[in-house]
Amino acid sequence: MGIYLSVLVLLPIAALLAQAATGGAAAFWREVSNPEAVAAIKLSLGASAVVVSVNAVFGTLIAWVMVRDEFPGKRVVNAMIDLPFALPTVVAGVVLLALYGKGGPAGVDITFTRTAVVLALLFVTLPFVARSVQPVLLELDGSMEEAAASLGAGRLTVFRRIVLPALAPAIISGVALSFARAVGEFGSIVLISGNLPFKTEVGSVYIFNQVENDNLPGAAAVSVVLLVAALLVLAALTALSRRGARSAR
Amino acid sequence: MALGYLALLLGAPVAMIFYRTFEHGLAAVWEALSTPNALHALWLSVELVAIVVPLNTAFGIAVAILLERHRFRGRAVLSLIVDLPFAISPVVVGLSLVLVYGQLGWFGNWLDAHGLQVIFSVPGMVMACAFVSLPFVARETIPVLREVGTDAEQAAATLGANGWQTFWRVTLPAIRWGVVYGVVLTTARVLGEFGAVSIVSGRLEGETQTLPLYVQDRFENFDTTGAYTASVELALLALATLVAMNLLTRRTRSRTPV
Repeated sequence: MGIYLSVLVLLPIAALLAQAATGGAAAFWREVSNPEAVAAIKLSLGASAVVVSVNAVFGTLIAWVMVRDEFPGKRVVNAMIDLPFALPTVVAGVVLLALYGKGGPAGVDITFTRTAVVLALLFVTLPFVARSVQPVLLELDGSMEEAAASLGAGRLTVFRRIVLPALAPAIISGVALSFARAVGEFGSIVLISGNLPFKTEVGSVYIFNQVENDNLPGAAAVSVVLLVAALLVLAALTALSRRGARSAR
Repeated sequence: MALGYLALLLGAPVAMIFYRTFEHGLAAVWEALSTPNALHALWLSVELVAIVVPLNTAFGIAVAILLERHRFRGRAVLSLIVDLPFAISPVVVGLSLVLVYGQLGWFGNWLDAHGLQVIFSVPGMVMACAFVSLPFVARETIPVLREVGTDAEQAAATLGANGWQTFWRVTLPAIRWGVVYGVVLTTARVLGEFGAVSIVSGRLEGETQTLPLYVQDRFENFDTTGAYTASVELALLALATLVAMNLLTRRTRSRTPV
């Protein structure tokens, strides 16, 4: 078991770190501060930030509708939410292009724009927040909300003061997972963004291009930056969500 | 509003791809499906599933039992490492493997001297798929292991069962739905893996081209029928996965506590 883990995960990660470290801090910095790399990293982080904000709102809303509302076909819709997890990422890209691409019936053309990047990321990260909020909402006792309402609180106040604090840890942990996924996403973006340097080239695509051009040091350096960013956000938000869960209890 | 969002982002695009695929009739679909490259890509994807899923299932169960039933130093670290693949971009996974097993990688010379090729061939693709789908079985099995507790296992041990007997007769039957759920997720991930496989395989048509890579290839060659057909093939597999997931969640929820 140890061998499996070493051969598969530990050695490769060690090789990545070693490659990024060859040549020392100066070489690392030179690779990372390459203007095209900077633009790609910025776009990845920026688009991911936008996407997780949208997810926080709409994921919670979707979970709310699935738990609190009744409508025909609810079970099918509920099952469909997981589709982005089951659908191969390339297919997600093709599917979005078929509808929102050039000549599509929607009458818009998002190909080769940043909108396409954001849309692809929204698609693949859709389930994270909804699926993490849903079980918490299901367990939530309605009596607190009723008590607040009977004491004269409006619906918005009830949501803000009672429901939201209870859901916050779940929302945050869903956001953390979405962010980690969005920062590294590749398959759904590569077809529809056009990968134009300085415009729609995200970090993972930049890494891919460097590997194809045999610039392994550059690829490794940017990989380490993205990896560290994902892990930092994951760690920070996990800590935040744990603290929220404790204080809510 | 939530439903509208779902429809725009999820429902409409997926419905569209089915429509575009079948608008020229079934004959065109069949023709696109049965080109040698399309068949080879499908076969290669199935082959990867057949190799990776058993490996990761065995590993996942073993790690789950180790993490849940044993207390040892470095347990938290092991748990972190098992989850690591979820936080790493598939492209980075591919790059890391190239750095170890590629021609210029750590073991490149040694592998070359022994006539072994990992990168740009099936072993590398197996490793890429195994890396990205590593956590699924363990993550689905651990909560189930916790829930079933150790009573039955202890009873078996006091009745004289050895470790293997306890595992096969008591533990495995109790956790089987958790394991199967993990297997379903692993299968879906391996079938759809793109970024890591893209780097590691070299994308050689009719050789190391999996079904998702085939989709990209057709798309970039403006063969939309080919791309759409292969996409629908993968989408149907995804829908089957979805159905399996739903049946299994219902099964786990309705399970009576032991």
